[in-house]
Amino acid sequence: MVAQDATQGLVVAAREDVAEGVVALTLTRSDGARLPDWTPGAHIDLVLPDGTTRQYSLCGDRWDAYRYRIAVLREPEGRGGSAYVHDRLRPGDRVGVGGPRNNFPLVPAAKYLFVAGGIGITPLVPMLHQAELVGADWQLLYGGRTRDSMAFRDELASAYGGRVHVAPQDETGLLDLTHWLGTAPTDCPVYCCGPAPLLAAVEDAVRATGRPHRSLRTEVFTAAAQAAPVRDTPFDVELRRSGTTVTVPPDTSVLAAVRAAGADVLSSCEQGTCGTCLTTVVEGRPDHRDSVLADHERATGDCMLLCVSRSCGDRLVLDL
Amino acid sequence: MTEPLEHAVGAAPVSDADPFAVDVLLDPEPLARTLRETGPVVYLERYGVHAFARYEQVHAALTDWQSFASGAGAGLANFHHEKPWRPPSLLLEADPPQHDAPRRVLREILAPPALRRLRANWFALAEQLVNQVIDGQGEFDAFSELARAFPLRVFPDAVGLGPLGRENLLPYGNMAFNAFGPRNELVAADLPRMGDLSAWVGAQCRREALAEDGFGARIWAAADRGDITHEQAPLVVRSLLTAGVDTTVHGLAACLYAFATHPEEWQRLRERPELVRIAFDEAVRWQSPVQTFFRTATRDVTIAGTTVPRDTKILMFLGAANHDPGRWHRPDRFDLTRDPSGHVGFGMGLHQCVGQHVARLEAEALLTALVRRVEHIELAGPPRRHPNNTLRSFTALPVRMRTAGRTAA
Repeated sequence: MVAQDATQGLVVAAREDVAEGVVALTLTRSDGARLPDWTPGAHIDLVLPDGTTRQYSLCGDRWDAYRYRIAVLREPEGRGGSAYVHDRLRPGDRVGVGGPRNNFPLVPAAKYLFVAGGIGITPLVPMLHQAELVGADWQLLYGGRTRDSMAFRDELASAYGGRVHVAPQDETGLLDLTHWLGTAPTDCPVYCCGPAPLLAAVEDAVRATGRPHRSLRTEVFTAAAQAAPVRDTPFDVELRRSGTTVTVPPDTSVLAAVRAAGADVLSSCEQGTCGTCLTTVVEGRPDHRDSVLADHERATGDCMLLCVSRSCGDRLVLDL
Repeated sequence: MTEPLEHAVGAAPVSDADPFAVDVLLDPEPLARTLRETGPVVYLERYGVHAFARYEQVHAALTDWQSFASGAGAGLANFHHEKPWRPPSLLLEADPPQHDAPRRVLREILAPPALRRLRANWFALAEQLVNQVIDGQGEFDAFSELARAFPLRVFPDAVGLGPLGRENLLPYGNMAFNAFGPRNELVAADLPRMGDLSAWVGAQCRREALAEDGFGARIWAAADRGDITHEQAPLVVRSLLTAGVDTTVHGLAACLYAFATHPEEWQRLRERPELVRIAFDEAVRWQSPVQTFFRTATRDVTIAGTTVPRDTKILMFLGAANHDPGRWHRPDRFDLTRDPSGHVGFGMGLHQCVGQHVARLEAEALLTALVRRVEHIELAGPPRRHPNNTLRSFTALPVRMRTAGRTAA
C-alpha cells in the first residue's frame, strides 16, 4: 500500500507501430499500482533487460496514473538500445525505470510556439494537450524526413486542426523557421525538440527574429552521454559512522538494505520524488534514479536518494 | 442542510460529530478514534462532506490528485461555488497543469541541496538561542522561548523579509489555517484583523520588500527567467509566508512537548543524537500539527465501497491516519525506536509539504543544540493549547530543564 518497492520494474503492457521506424510502448507496474507523477517534458530512464539504459520522453496522459507511454525511433547509428526495443522487446517483458525527471518543463504563458523534428515530437505531445487545457494560443511546426516517418502526425492534426503544421522534408523542404517565428510576439516561449541541426537552426532563427535567448527552451535528442549499463549484480554499501557493511542484491533497494543493517533512515514517498532520504555519499559513484536532484547535483555525486538510486561500482560508502 | 441520502452515500455511516468544535480541536484523538472505527468512509452530516480517518484512504486521497482535486480549495469551502477569502494559493489550492510551474520553482528553492548553505548558520543560531534560554533559567515557556523563537529567528531572514512587522506572521498564519475550516467563532475572531494582516503580507511579497538572495528573491528571479510569471511570483512568496511559520512553530512545540512527557525518549536521543531527524518526524506523526485538509472529488469516486459524488468535499484526517493502529504499532506512543517514515503529517503526493526539508532542518538545528546541553526535560506545568481549525497549536509549554555540567534549575 505505501511502501512500494522502488526497485520493482515495469512491464511492457503494449507495443504499437506508430510510424515508420517508431514503436510506442505502454508501461505499467506489475503490481498494478500508481506510477510516480510526471509533468510534460519529463523523461524516464528505461533500463533494458540487457542492462542498457536509454532516456525516453513520456508522451502519454498524466491523468492516467497507471500507464507510461514512450515512443522509440530505431536509430541505425545508435548503440543498440533502440534496436533492442524494436527487435526484442515484447509485451510482458520487464524493464527497469528511473525518474521521471524533467529538464524541459512547460512554463506558464499565454502563447507558445512548438517546433518538433522527427521523434522530437514526443515530449511536445503532452505539452500541446496542456497548452490546450489552459486555453493558451499555440502553434506547432512539425518537421520530419517523410510523412510516414512522423509519429502521431494524424492524431495531432485531427485533435488540434489548424494549430498543427506538418512539414515533411521530402514535400516542403527545410523548415522556414525565421519566417515562422516571425509570426509570433517575441516574448512568447519557443519549445523545440529534435536533432542537433534543428536546434541550431532554431537558435539562429531566435536570434534573427530578435527574441531574448531565454525564450528558447530546448531538449536535444542524442545517443551521446548515456550512462554505462546498469549493474545487475550485488554491490556493497558501507555505513561509515556505524562501521558496518551490507550487500545490496539487485532486487533490494539501498534504503531497505541499510535499514536491515540497523541504520535509522527517514524516508517518505519512497518513489524518488520527495527528497527525504537524501544521504551523503562519502565514496563511490551513485547510479541516480530519482526525480529530485538537478543534473549538476547528480554529476557531483556527493549525495543520493536511497529509496531508488543504486551504485555504479562495487561499493558505496554512505555517511550513516 | 443537505440530507445525506440525497447523495446516495451507499454504505457510508453517518456521523453528526463536529470536528471543528473547540473541544475536539483541543483534543482530537477521541473523535479520530471514533471515526476510524466507524468505517473507512464516514459522512459528516453537519457539513455535508465525506471524511477519511484511516491511513489507507487518507494516503490514497492524498496521492490520487486525479480523483481528489485541490483547485476547489483545501478547506471546507468549495471554490466552484463560494468565493475564496483571498486569491487562491498557486500551490495548495491548484491542480495540474496550473500547479506545475509554481511547485517546481518552490521545490527547487527549498530542496535539501539548496538548503545546505543555511545549515551551519542555523546550527550556530540554535546553539546561541539554546544557551541564552537555558543559562538564564531552569523553568521557562518552551513554546515562546524555543518553538516560536527559533523559526522566527531563522525563517524570515531566509525568506529575505525586512525587520518590521514580523509579529504579523503568526497571526496571519493562524487566520489562514482557521479559514480552511467552517465559518465558526474562530474564523469570526480573526475577521477584525483580516484586512491589516493581509495587506501587510501582500506588501512583503513584492520584489522591493525582499532582500537579495533569500527564498523570496529566488522566486522573483525565477519569474525573470520565465519559469513562472511575474503575476505569480508574489503569490508564491505568499505561500512561504502562510505555510512556513505556524506549521514549524507548532511542529517544534510538538517535539518539545513529546520529550517533556517522555523523558526516557530524551535519554535515548542523548545516547544517539543521530536520531534527531527521526525524532522530529515521529513528533510530527504523533501530534500532527496539520490535522486536516479537504479535497474535492473530480468525479463520482468509489472508495471502500462508498461513492463520493463529484464536486463534493472530502475531509482527510491526517492526524487520525497517523494514529491508525492498522498502520502503526502502538500509535499513541511517541517512540524513537519506531520508523515514522510514511506518516502523512506533511501530506503525501503532489501537494506534499514543499517546505518539509526546511522544517526538518530547523528541528535538527534546535534539537542538536538542546541535546548537547540538556540532561533532562520535564513539564513544569500543564501545556496550554490554542484552538485552530487546522493546526494543533500551543500557546504555552512550561518546562523544566536540567543541563549537563551547569545546573540551571
